Amino acid sequence: MSIELRELYQEVILDHNRHPRNRGKLEEATGYAEGHNPLCGDNIQVYLHTNGGLVEAVSFEGSGCAISTASASMMTEAVKGKTLEQVEAMFKEFQSMVTETGHAEEHPELGDLEVLGGVREYPVRIKCATLPWHTLKAALVGEADKVSTE
Amino acid sequence: MNVIGQINESFFAESGFDVNQIRAEFPILSTQVNGKPLVYLDNGASSQKPVAVIEAMDAYWRETNANVHRGVHYLSQKATREFDASREKVRAFLGAKHSHEIIFTAGCTASINLVAESWGRSNLKAGDEILISTMEHHSNIVPWQLIAQRVGATVLPIPISDAGEIDLDAYRGMLSERTKMVAIIHVSNSLGTINPVKEIIQMAHAAGAKVLVDGAQAGPHIRINVQDLNADFYTLSCHKMYAPTGIGVLYGKETLLNEMPPYQGGGDMIHTVSFEKTTYAPLPYKFEAGTPNIAGVIGLGSTIDYLAALGSRFENREVADISEALDAAFRTLEAREKELTDYGMQVLGDIDGVRLTGTAPNKVGILAFTLDCAHPHDVGTVLDNIGIAVRTGHHCCMPLMKRLGVPATTRASLAMYNTHEEIDELVVGIKKVKELFG
Repeated sequence: MSIELRELYQEVILDHNRHPRNRGKLEEATGYAEGHNPLCGDNIQVYLHTNGGLVEAVSFEGSGCAISTASASMMTEAVKGKTLEQVEAMFKEFQSMVTETGHAEEHPELGDLEVLGGVREYPVRIKCATLPWHTLKAALVGEADKVSTE
Repeated sequence: MNVIGQINESFFAESGFDVNQIRAEFPILSTQVNGKPLVYLDNGASSQKPVAVIEAMDAYWRETNANVHRGVHYLSQKATREFDASREKVRAFLGAKHSHEIIFTAGCTASINLVAESWGRSNLKAGDEILISTMEHHSNIVPWQLIAQRVGATVLPIPISDAGEIDLDAYRGMLSERTKMVAIIHVSNSLGTINPVKEIIQMAHAAGAKVLVDGAQAGPHIRINVQDLNADFYTLSCHKMYAPTGIGVLYGKETLLNEMPPYQGGGDMIHTVSFEKTTYAPLPYKFEAGTPNIAGVIGLGSTIDYLAALGSRFENREVADISEALDAAFRTLEAREKELTDYGMQVLGDIDGVRLTGTAPNKVGILAFTLDCAHPHDVGTVLDNIGIAVRTGHHCCMPLMKRLGVPATTRASLAMYNTHEEIDELVVGIKKVKELFG
């Protein structure tokens, strides 16, 4: 197995892929969105429960590759207990980490998520890593929409 | 390696088929990917091009380039001559009666859209039904949905078996006086199944319906004869059959094409133009508005020459007649591919955790599978890392994937230059995937 491939499929990623955390529907979700990557057929559903500007619980379902499954699993762990502003900041940080080639900075605030940085060397796989985050964002926006229309 | 292989080795030795000689004629096959010799198994998406075709295109740009059908000067006439010669070669390739039944388009998708729009607009009405199969490529689904929505017709899918074969009994039951068009894929791009299109056409005709056969994946694999099939329309995707990109073919029966209104208007497709009334050019020009892909068409002609030359090579004699030469070429290529496909299905099927999709006995070299421990995208990335090119995803067949109950598959698709050793490499690659994800 080549070094580059080991870099992409780090043990933490493989572990989250084999044993995804927070997988399943969330009872009494306040936000929900479906994400779909038409290029490869990956799809994900993100469930969310927020209270007073805090993400109290988040879960996901769907089918996807190791990168998208691990990204979703790690995302649910990372955003739980965070404020909406913190989630937004993590989303931006994550996106810049996986898209900016030659990005050498460290991202201590991303914690384990940093292992997904290897995906930046595989342009066609970047969307796999970001799909769960876009879906989470849509779930948050959808929730806001619901709030504003009611 | 296996019994089938041993039997056929002598057949190929006698036939003059030498895979190494063929491989040497495709320059890209000697390149490396990620430091490994390229193992190109994504021919279903696009095949590689022989040096003869690359050189013919290059010579066109260097020595011939000019517009066709409208110049009195030397180059225009030379370009026109070569362009028209290609049309005759395609006629022979498809076994059509007339070369003016061959329309050059931008691709197989464009060919199907042309028929859906031009034939559909003048022949479909509310309540009519268009039958397609569950294994259609999106390009033979969506154009029909678009016209159906416009006129109030319905698009109905013919069911398939788990092995990936069209359910002919169900099809028979679906045919009625409402059926106006049956649009069917000749060879499935996702499963490899060779559909019994001749029988499907007979049944459709008995019900009074026309048939369009999507031959995108048939072109590179099997000898086609549109007259024998009695197809009303037949389409080709030329870049999948060793020719350049940006070129497609539409074959249509002369009477049908004559009855159909033009698809696009512009130069080259007219007889006379006035602001009061425009009259159209005869076939095939009526459907070829604007400057065509001249280099691509000439490249396509050289591809057919290359295939015909293979026929002579396999026969160990000069076969002058192009149709006869193509018969000879495909006789050997089909036998070789069958043997390689059987080998591939066997060795892939022997891997623990591999589930093959598309197990019809009558199939071309499409080896599609899912692996229990890894998603196709991860399989594709790991294989790419060792120089193996495969396609992963839904292969533009989302309804088929749903029918098979899989989100996506990994597909290795064979061409005439692929070898047993390359399939062995694929097996090694899949075992690497299993090590990583298992």
